[in-house]
Amino acid sequence: MPVNVMIPTPLRPFVGKKSAIELKAATVGEALRVLTTEFADLRKHLYTDEGKIRSFVNVYVNDEDIRYLEKENTPLKDGDTVSIVPSIAGGR
Amino acid sequence: METIDVSENIASQIRAHGAETYPHECCGALLGLDAENSREVRALHKLVNRRDDSPRNRFSVTSDDVRDADRAAQKSGLEVIGWYHSHPDHPALPSEFDREHAWPWYSYIIVSVMDGKPGTMASWRLTDDRLRFTPEKISPEVSAEPESREASSNFNATSSGGLK
Repeated sequence: MPVNVMIPTPLRPFVGKKSAIELKAATVGEALRVLTTEFADLRKHLYTDEGKIRSFVNVYVNDEDIRYLEKENTPLKDGDTVSIVPSIAGGR
Repeated sequence: METIDVSENIASQIRAHGAETYPHECCGALLGLDAENSREVRALHKLVNRRDDSPRNRFSVTSDDVRDADRAAQKSGLEVIGWYHSHPDHPALPSEFDREHAWPWYSYIIVSVMDGKPGTMASWRLTDDRLRFTPEKISPEVSAEPESREASSNFNATSSGGLK
């Protein structure tokens, strides 16, 4: 099922400077796997070395945070928009 | 070295925010313009530090806050080009915790606030391999040079000459 993954500005250099990538995936997890397989340099900015989505990386499907849906198992349907949004954290 | 243009007015606002929230960390978004050879902060979007468990040495901004900042930037014909936060009683050096929670491209401005008084301000960018931050020159200079790379106890200099 074709879905659109919106790429935030900081990550566009790793996907050929595109602002959105259309790909086929049945779940959010699959969409991110497809995306980071095609654009391998993107992977380290979304996933930890252990293969988990980084704690500050948030994913939305059509404006809904997947933490309140089925997380990475959230199903996707034709035309869905997947957005990657960071939360910002830091400190000394 | 990359450069970020920060007017004295913007720099003053960052310092004032750091003093206002002392001894807690302040944070906010840098709204501005980015081009191939230049980057300029035009406005700030102050944010609330969501870390009420350890606000003296940590800050956190939710993804909803980030989306609000994006919308505020777009309204003004700008984009979020980075983030600022304060280091109360600590140098303006990025920590390992900062590195783990950063993305390349963004500018990360840190202002040191010692005994409630804002001091050194420095800007940093994460390298594409995520291994270290590199300094970004603040123009015009606003006490932009870090006091010492070795000053941060939780920061290690690498053999490649960068900060890890």
